[in-house]
Amino acid sequence: MGMAATDDQFHVLAVDDSVIDRKLIERLLKTSSFQVTTVDSGSKALEFLGWHGNEISMFSEASISPNNHQEVEVNLVITDYCMPGMTGYDLLKKIKESAFLRDIPVVIMSSENVPSRITSYRCLEEGAEEFFLKPVKLSDVNKLRPHMMRTKLNNDIIENGKPENEEKQENGEIITTGEADSEMQQFQTAQSLQQQTSQNNNNNNDNNKRKSMEEGLSPDRTRPRYSDLTVMSN
Amino acid sequence: MEIGGEYLEILGSSILMTDYLEYSNALFREGLLDGQFIQLQMLRDDSNPDFVVEVVTLFFEDSQRILNELSKTLDEQNVDFKKIDANVHQLKGSSSSIGAQRVRNACIAFRSFCDAQDVESYGFCFFVLFPDQMCLRCLQQVKQEYLLVKNKLEALLRLEQQIVAAGGVVPTLNDVS
Repeated sequence: MGMAATDDQFHVLAVDDSVIDRKLIERLLKTSSFQVTTVDSGSKALEFLGWHGNEISMFSEASISPNNHQEVEVNLVITDYCMPGMTGYDLLKKIKESAFLRDIPVVIMSSENVPSRITSYRCLEEGAEEFFLKPVKLSDVNKLRPHMMRTKLNNDIIENGKPENEEKQENGEIITTGEADSEMQQFQTAQSLQQQTSQNNNNNNDNNKRKSMEEGLSPDRTRPRYSDLTVMSN
Repeated sequence: MEIGGEYLEILGSSILMTDYLEYSNALFREGLLDGQFIQLQMLRDDSNPDFVVEVVTLFFEDSQRILNELSKTLDEQNVDFKKIDANVHQLKGSSSSIGAQRVRNACIAFRSFCDAQDVESYGFCFFVLFPDQMCLRCLQQVKQEYLLVKNKLEALLRLEQQIVAAGGVVPTLNDVS
Protein backbone atom coordinates (compact mmCIF):
# COMPACT_ATOMS: atom_id res chain seq x y z
CA MET A 1 0.00 0.00 0.00
CA GLY A 2 1.39 3.34 -0.94
CA MET A 3 0.16 6.59 0.47
CA ALA A 4 -2.20 7.49 3.27
CA ALA A 5 -5.14 5.51 4.52
CA THR A 6 -7.39 4.51 1.66
CA ASP A 7 -10.93 5.83 1.60
CA ASP A 8 -10.49 7.62 4.89
CA GLN A 9 -10.55 4.32 6.73
CA PHE A 10 -8.00 4.29 9.47
CA HIS A 11 -6.37 1.06 10.46
CA VAL A 12 -5.85 0.35 14.13
CA LEU A 13 -3.63 -2.35 15.56
CA ALA A 14 -4.94 -3.56 18.93
CA VAL A 15 -2.68 -5.47 21.30
CA ASP A 16 -4.03 -7.37 24.29
CA ASP A 17 -3.29 -10.74 25.82
CA SER A 18 -6.89 -11.21 26.96
CA VAL A 19 -9.14 -12.85 24.39
CA ILE A 20 -12.20 -11.13 25.85
CA ASP A 21 -10.61 -7.71 25.73
CA ARG A 22 -9.45 -8.30 22.18
CA LYS A 23 -13.00 -9.09 21.16
CA LEU A 24 -14.29 -6.04 22.96
CA ILE A 25 -11.77 -3.60 21.55
CA GLU A 26 -12.26 -5.01 18.09
CA ARG A 27 -15.99 -4.43 18.26
CA LEU A 28 -15.52 -0.95 19.71
CA LEU A 29 -13.14 0.00 16.93
CA LYS A 30 -15.22 -1.50 14.15
CA THR A 31 -18.29 0.29 15.47
CA SER A 32 -16.32 3.49 15.01
CA SER A 33 -15.60 2.52 11.40
CA PHE A 34 -11.97 1.65 11.85
CA GLN A 35 -10.23 -1.24 10.23
CA VAL A 36 -8.91 -3.48 12.97
CA THR A 37 -6.17 -6.02 13.44
CA THR A 38 -5.75 -7.66 16.84
CA VAL A 39 -2.69 -9.45 18.17
CA ASP A 40 -2.05 -11.00 21.54
CA SER A 41 1.44 -9.81 22.30
CA GLY A 42 3.85 -6.92 21.89
CA SER A 43 6.27 -8.99 19.86
CA LYS A 44 3.54 -9.98 17.42
CA ALA A 45 2.60 -6.32 17.19
CA LEU A 46 6.14 -5.36 16.22
CA GLU A 47 6.21 -8.17 13.72
CA PHE A 48 3.01 -6.93 12.17
CA LEU A 49 4.36 -3.40 12.03
CA GLY A 50 7.29 -4.72 10.03
CA TRP A 51 9.86 -4.07 12.72
CA HIS A 52 12.55 -6.67 12.60
CA GLY A 53 14.71 -5.47 15.44
CA ASN A 54 17.31 -4.16 13.07
CA GLU A 55 17.23 -0.42 12.79
CA ILE A 56 20.05 -0.38 10.28
CA SER A 57 17.91 -1.91 7.62
CA MET A 58 15.29 0.70 8.35
CA PHE A 59 17.66 3.58 7.78
CA SER A 60 18.73 2.21 4.46
CA GLU A 61 15.35 3.14 3.11
CA ALA A 62 13.76 6.56 3.19
CA SER A 63 12.69 7.11 6.74
CA ILE A 64 10.51 10.08 6.01
CA SER A 65 7.59 8.22 4.63
CA PRO A 66 7.21 5.12 6.75
CA ASN A 67 4.30 4.01 4.64
CA ASN A 68 6.63 2.42 2.17
CA HIS A 69 7.94 -0.14 4.61
CA GLN A 70 4.88 -1.52 6.20
CA GLU A 71 3.08 -4.21 4.36
CA VAL A 72 -0.10 -2.86 5.79
CA GLU A 73 -0.35 0.70 6.98
CA VAL A 74 -1.20 1.15 10.63
CA ASN A 75 -2.55 4.49 11.74
CA LEU A 76 -2.68 3.87 15.48
CA VAL A 77 -1.61 1.27 17.99
CA ILE A 78 -3.75 0.67 21.05
CA THR A 79 -2.21 -1.63 23.61
CA ASP A 80 -2.86 -3.12 27.01
CA TYR A 81 -0.35 -1.99 29.60
CA CYS A 82 -0.07 -5.17 31.61
CA MET A 83 0.96 -8.09 29.44
CA PRO A 84 3.29 -11.01 30.04
CA GLY A 85 6.64 -10.74 28.30
CA MET A 86 6.68 -7.40 26.55
CA THR A 87 4.48 -4.94 28.41
CA GLY A 88 2.52 -2.19 26.69
CA TYR A 89 5.09 0.25 28.02
CA ASP A 90 7.93 -1.74 26.44
CA LEU A 91 6.06 -1.79 23.17
CA LEU A 92 5.47 1.95 23.37
CA LYS A 93 9.16 2.55 23.92
CA LYS A 94 10.17 0.34 21.05
CA ILE A 95 7.80 2.13 18.72
CA LYS A 96 8.89 5.59 19.79
CA GLU A 97 12.58 4.69 19.62
CA SER A 98 12.21 3.44 16.09
CA ALA A 99 12.75 6.05 13.40
CA PHE A 100 10.60 3.83 11.27
CA LEU A 101 7.63 3.55 13.61
CA ARG A 102 7.63 6.53 15.92
CA ASP A 103 5.13 8.56 13.95
CA ILE A 104 2.46 6.05 14.75
CA PRO A 105 0.28 7.30 17.61
CA VAL A 106 0.11 4.90 20.55
CA VAL A 107 -2.63 4.61 23.14
CA ILE A 108 -2.31 2.65 26.37
CA MET A 109 -5.11 0.80 28.17
CA SER A 110 -4.74 -0.13 31.78
CA SER A 111 -6.80 -2.37 33.96
CA GLU A 112 -5.45 -1.12 37.24
CA ASN A 113 -8.17 -0.19 39.67
CA VAL A 114 -6.52 3.02 40.66
CA PRO A 115 -4.27 3.95 37.78
CA SER A 116 -1.02 5.00 39.27
CA ARG A 117 -0.25 8.58 38.36
CA ILE A 118 3.26 7.38 37.85
CA THR A 119 2.16 4.78 35.33
CA SER A 120 0.05 7.11 33.25
CA TYR A 121 2.64 9.86 33.51
CA ARG A 122 5.36 7.51 32.38
CA CYS A 123 3.37 6.48 29.37
CA LEU A 124 2.50 10.00 28.34
CA GLU A 125 6.11 11.04 28.91
CA GLU A 126 7.22 8.28 26.62
CA GLY A 127 4.95 9.58 23.92
CA ALA A 128 1.63 7.84 24.37
CA GLU A 129 -1.26 9.95 23.13
CA GLU A 130 -3.83 8.72 25.59
CA PHE A 131 -4.11 6.55 28.62
CA PHE A 132 -7.44 4.74 28.91
CA LEU A 133 -8.77 3.00 31.95
CA LYS A 134 -10.30 -0.38 31.26
CA PRO A 135 -12.94 -1.39 30.47
CA VAL A 136 -12.63 0.83 27.45
CA LYS A 137 -15.82 2.49 26.29
CA LEU A 138 -17.13 3.89 23.06
CA SER A 139 -16.54 7.40 24.38
CA ASP A 140 -12.84 6.57 24.74
CA VAL A 141 -12.60 5.20 21.22
CA ASN A 142 -14.15 8.41 19.91
CA LYS A 143 -11.02 10.22 21.07
CA LEU A 144 -8.80 8.28 18.71
CA ARG A 145 -9.66 9.77 15.38
CA PRO A 146 -8.09 13.22 15.96
CA HIS A 147 -4.75 11.59 16.75
CA MET A 148 -4.80 9.63 13.53
CA MET A 149 -5.88 12.63 11.53
CA ARG A 150 -3.18 14.79 13.00
CA THR A 151 -0.50 12.27 12.12
CA LYS A 152 -1.87 11.96 8.62
CA LEU A 153 -1.79 15.74 8.35
CA ASN A 154 1.80 15.88 9.53
CA ASN A 155 2.78 13.21 7.04
CA ASP A 156 1.12 15.18 4.26
CA ILE A 157 3.07 18.28 5.23
CA ILE A 158 6.32 16.34 5.25
CA GLU A 159 5.66 14.64 1.97
CA ASN A 160 3.94 17.38 0.02
CA GLY A 161 5.18 20.50 1.73
CA LYS A 162 1.69 21.70 2.51
CA PRO A 163 -1.40 20.41 4.18
CA GLU A 164 -3.60 18.43 1.85
CA ASN A 165 -6.69 19.81 3.41
CA GLU A 166 -6.83 23.52 4.01
CA GLU A 167 -10.14 23.10 5.83
CA LYS A 168 -8.27 21.59 8.72
CA GLN A 169 -7.40 25.07 9.93
CA GLU A 170 -9.77 25.32 12.84
CA ASN A 171 -9.03 28.84 13.98
CA GLY A 172 -9.88 31.87 11.85
CA GLU A 173 -7.24 33.80 10.07
CA ILE A 174 -3.61 33.19 10.14
CA ILE A 175 -1.76 36.34 9.43
CA THR A 176 1.23 35.88 7.20
CA THR A 177 3.79 38.37 6.14
CA GLY A 178 5.34 36.80 3.11
CA GLU A 179 6.92 33.56 2.08
CA ALA A 180 9.03 33.04 5.14
CA ASP A 181 5.84 32.49 7.04
CA SER A 182 4.50 29.66 4.93
CA GLU A 183 6.39 27.22 7.11
CA MET A 184 4.96 28.90 10.17
CA GLN A 185 1.55 28.53 8.59
CA GLN A 186 2.00 24.80 8.23
CA PHE A 187 3.21 24.61 11.80
CA GLN A 188 0.20 26.59 12.95
CA THR A 189 -2.14 24.35 11.05
CA ALA A 190 -0.75 21.27 12.66
CA GLN A 191 -0.65 23.02 16.02
CA SER A 192 -4.24 24.16 15.79
CA LEU A 193 -5.33 20.62 15.15
CA GLN A 194 -3.32 19.47 18.12
CA GLN A 195 -4.70 22.18 20.34
CA GLN A 196 -8.19 21.32 19.24
CA THR A 197 -7.45 17.77 20.21
CA SER A 198 -6.07 18.65 23.61
CA GLN A 199 -9.04 20.91 24.26
CA ASN A 200 -11.37 18.07 23.47
CA ASN A 201 -9.35 15.75 25.59
CA ASN A 202 -11.25 14.84 28.73
CA ASN A 203 -8.37 13.04 30.32
CA ASN A 204 -6.41 15.09 32.75
CA ASN A 205 -3.20 14.77 30.86
CA ASP A 206 -0.93 17.06 32.76
CA ASN A 207 1.86 16.29 30.39
CA ASN A 208 1.08 16.70 26.76
CA LYS A 209 4.55 16.30 25.41
CA ARG A 210 3.95 14.82 22.04
CA LYS A 211 7.02 13.05 20.88
CA SER A 212 5.22 12.06 17.76
CA MET A 213 5.37 15.64 16.61
CA GLU A 214 8.38 16.06 14.38
CA GLU A 215 11.48 17.57 15.90
CA GLY A 216 11.34 20.50 13.51
CA LEU A 217 8.03 21.60 14.94
CA SER A 218 9.03 22.27 18.52
CA PRO A 219 5.81 22.46 20.50
CA ASP A 220 7.47 23.56 23.69
CA ARG A 221 8.73 26.87 22.37
CA THR A 222 6.61 29.89 21.85
CA ARG A 223 3.22 28.55 20.99
CA PRO A 224 1.22 30.87 18.82
CA ARG A 225 -1.89 31.89 20.68
CA TYR A 226 -4.87 32.04 18.45
CA SER A 227 -7.26 33.84 20.73
CA ASP A 228 -5.33 37.02 20.37
CA LEU A 229 -3.98 37.10 16.90
CA THR A 230 -0.84 39.06 16.47
CA VAL A 231 1.47 39.37 13.58
CA MET A 232 4.41 37.06 14.04
CA SER A 233 7.61 39.00 13.97
CA ASN A 234 10.60 37.35 12.40
CA MET B 1 -64.66 -15.04 21.25
CA GLU B 2 -61.46 -16.35 19.76
CA ILE B 3 -58.35 -14.43 20.69
CA GLY B 4 -56.33 -14.00 17.50
CA GLY B 5 -52.95 -15.70 17.23
CA GLU B 6 -51.24 -12.38 16.52
CA TYR B 7 -52.61 -10.87 19.67
CA LEU B 8 -51.34 -13.80 21.69
CA GLU B 9 -47.95 -13.40 20.09
CA ILE B 10 -47.73 -9.75 21.04
CA LEU B 11 -48.95 -10.57 24.51
CA GLY B 12 -46.44 -13.36 24.78
CA SER B 13 -43.45 -11.30 23.79
CA SER B 14 -44.61 -8.41 26.00
CA ILE B 15 -44.69 -10.68 28.99
CA LEU B 16 -41.26 -11.97 28.12
CA MET B 17 -39.93 -8.45 27.74
CA THR B 18 -41.34 -7.45 31.11
CA ASP B 19 -39.80 -10.54 32.67
CA TYR B 20 -36.53 -9.67 31.05
CA LEU B 21 -36.52 -6.13 32.41
CA GLU B 22 -37.44 -7.27 35.89
CA TYR B 23 -34.81 -9.96 35.84
CA SER B 24 -32.04 -7.72 34.61
CA ASN B 25 -32.98 -4.90 36.98
CA ALA B 26 -32.62 -7.34 39.85
CA LEU B 27 -29.17 -8.34 38.64
CA PHE B 28 -28.06 -4.72 38.60
CA ARG B 29 -29.58 -4.01 42.00
CA GLU B 30 -27.82 -6.97 43.53
CA GLY B 31 -24.56 -5.83 42.04
CA LEU B 32 -24.03 -8.93 39.95
CA LEU B 33 -23.81 -6.84 36.84
CA ASP B 34 -22.74 -3.26 36.35
CA GLY B 35 -22.89 -0.63 33.63
CA GLN B 36 -20.23 -2.34 31.57
CA PHE B 37 -22.73 -5.05 30.65
CA ILE B 38 -24.94 -2.38 29.15
CA GLN B 39 -21.97 -1.08 27.18
CA LEU B 40 -21.68 -4.56 25.71
CA GLN B 41 -25.32 -4.59 24.73
CA MET B 42 -24.89 -1.23 23.05
CA LEU B 43 -22.31 -2.82 20.78
CA ARG B 44 -24.79 -5.36 19.53
CA ASP B 45 -26.52 -4.51 16.30
CA ASP B 46 -28.09 -6.10 13.25
CA SER B 47 -24.74 -6.93 11.72
CA ASN B 48 -23.45 -8.38 14.99
CA PRO B 49 -26.54 -9.75 16.71
CA ASP B 50 -24.63 -12.40 18.64
CA PHE B 51 -21.97 -10.14 20.02
CA VAL B 52 -23.03 -10.34 23.65
CA VAL B 53 -23.52 -14.10 23.49
CA GLU B 54 -20.06 -14.49 21.95
CA VAL B 55 -18.31 -12.35 24.52
CA VAL B 56 -20.11 -13.98 27.43
CA THR B 57 -19.28 -17.43 26.06
CA LEU B 58 -15.63 -16.47 25.78
CA PHE B 59 -15.77 -15.23 29.35
CA PHE B 60 -17.17 -18.55 30.57
CA GLU B 61 -14.50 -20.56 28.76
CA ASP B 62 -11.68 -18.32 29.89
CA SER B 63 -12.87 -18.17 33.48
CA GLN B 64 -13.23 -21.91 33.74
CA ARG B 65 -9.68 -22.32 32.52
CA ILE B 66 -8.38 -19.80 35.05
CA LEU B 67 -10.31 -21.34 37.93
CA ASN B 68 -8.93 -24.76 37.06
CA GLU B 69 -5.43 -23.31 36.97
CA LEU B 70 -5.93 -21.69 40.35
CA SER B 71 -7.15 -24.91 41.93
CA LYS B 72 -4.21 -26.77 40.50
CA THR B 73 -1.68 -24.18 41.65
CA LEU B 74 -3.07 -24.11 45.17
CA ASP B 75 -2.88 -27.87 45.31
CA GLU B 76 0.86 -27.91 44.85
CA GLN B 77 3.43 -28.43 47.56
CA ASN B 78 5.08 -25.09 47.06
CA VAL B 79 2.40 -22.71 46.03
CA ASP B 80 3.51 -20.27 43.36
CA PHE B 81 1.85 -17.10 44.58
CA LYS B 82 3.05 -15.07 41.66
CA LYS B 83 1.24 -17.42 39.33
CA ILE B 84 -1.88 -17.14 41.46
CA ASP B 85 -1.68 -13.37 41.35
CA ALA B 86 -1.26 -13.37 37.59
CA ASN B 87 -4.27 -15.61 37.08
CA VAL B 88 -6.48 -13.68 39.44
CA HIS B 89 -5.41 -10.48 37.72
CA GLN B 90 -6.55 -11.96 34.41
CA LEU B 91 -9.89 -12.99 35.82
CA LYS B 92 -10.32 -9.61 37.39
CA GLY B 93 -9.75 -8.03 34.01
CA SER B 94 -12.13 -10.20 32.05
CA SER B 95 -14.92 -10.02 34.62
CA SER B 96 -14.53 -6.27 34.65
CA SER B 97 -14.76 -6.20 30.86
CA ILE B 98 -18.12 -7.91 30.78
CA GLY B 99 -19.53 -6.18 33.83
CA ALA B 100 -19.48 -9.09 36.26
CA GLN B 101 -19.02 -6.78 39.21
CA ARG B 102 -19.08 -9.22 42.09
CA VAL B 103 -16.62 -11.56 40.44
CA ARG B 104 -14.32 -8.63 39.89
CA ASN B 105 -14.60 -7.56 43.53
CA ALA B 106 -13.91 -11.08 44.72
CA CYS B 107 -10.77 -11.07 42.59
CA ILE B 108 -9.64 -7.77 44.05
CA ALA B 109 -10.06 -9.19 47.56
CA PHE B 110 -8.19 -12.32 46.49
CA ARG B 111 -5.27 -10.30 45.23
CA SER B 112 -4.98 -8.26 48.38
CA PHE B 113 -4.67 -11.50 50.32
CA CYS B 114 -2.08 -12.75 47.88
CA ASP B 115 -0.06 -9.62 48.40
CA ALA B 116 0.04 -10.47 52.06
CA GLN B 117 1.85 -13.68 51.15
CA ASP B 118 4.89 -11.73 50.15
CA VAL B 119 6.79 -12.29 53.37
CA GLU B 120 9.56 -9.92 52.46
CA SER B 121 7.33 -6.89 52.32
CA TYR B 122 4.88 -7.74 55.07
CA GLY B 123 7.14 -9.50 57.48
CA PHE B 124 5.21 -11.16 60.20
CA CYS B 125 1.55 -11.29 59.37
CA PHE B 126 -1.35 -13.47 60.43
CA PHE B 127 -2.07 -14.58 56.90
CA VAL B 128 1.44 -15.81 56.47
CA LEU B 129 0.72 -18.49 59.04
CA PHE B 130 -2.10 -19.94 56.96
CA PRO B 131 -1.47 -18.69 53.44
CA ASP B 132 -2.91 -21.66 51.65
CA GLN B 133 -6.03 -21.55 53.74
CA MET B 134 -6.65 -17.90 53.00
CA CYS B 135 -6.10 -18.41 49.30
CA LEU B 136 -8.42 -21.37 49.26
CA ARG B 137 -11.09 -19.34 50.98
CA CYS B 138 -10.62 -16.59 48.43
CA LEU B 139 -10.79 -19.04 45.58
CA GLN B 140 -14.02 -20.47 46.95
CA GLN B 141 -15.46 -16.99 47.07
CA VAL B 142 -14.48 -16.24 43.49
CA LYS B 143 -15.85 -19.55 42.27
CA GLN B 144 -19.11 -18.93 44.04
CA GLU B 145 -19.57 -15.49 42.53
CA TYR B 146 -18.58 -16.78 39.13
CA LEU B 147 -21.08 -19.64 39.17
CA LEU B 148 -23.79 -17.32 40.34
CA VAL B 149 -23.28 -14.79 37.58
CA LYS B 150 -22.87 -17.56 35.03
CA ASN B 151 -26.24 -18.94 36.01
CA LYS B 152 -27.90 -15.57 35.83
CA LEU B 153 -26.32 -14.59 32.54
CA GLU B 154 -27.34 -17.86 30.94
CA ALA B 155 -30.90 -17.28 32.09
CA LEU B 156 -30.83 -13.71 30.85
CA LEU B 157 -29.54 -14.68 27.44
CA ARG B 158 -32.10 -17.45 27.20
CA LEU B 159 -34.83 -14.90 27.85
CA GLU B 160 -33.41 -12.78 25.05
CA GLN B 161 -33.58 -15.73 22.70
CA GLN B 162 -37.18 -16.34 23.67
CA ILE B 163 -38.10 -12.73 23.10
CA VAL B 164 -36.59 -12.76 19.64
CA ALA B 165 -38.23 -16.07 18.84
CA ALA B 166 -41.56 -14.63 19.90
CA GLY B 167 -41.07 -11.81 17.46
CA GLY B 168 -40.28 -9.20 20.09
CA VAL B 169 -37.34 -6.86 20.50
CA VAL B 170 -34.90 -7.15 23.39
CA PRO B 171 -35.41 -4.06 25.54
CA THR B 172 -32.49 -1.70 26.13
CA LEU B 173 -31.31 -1.95 29.66
CA ASN B 174 -30.86 0.90 32.07
CA ASP B 175 -28.41 0.75 34.89
CA VAL B 176 -30.50 1.04 38.01
CA SER B 177 -27.69 0.19 40.40
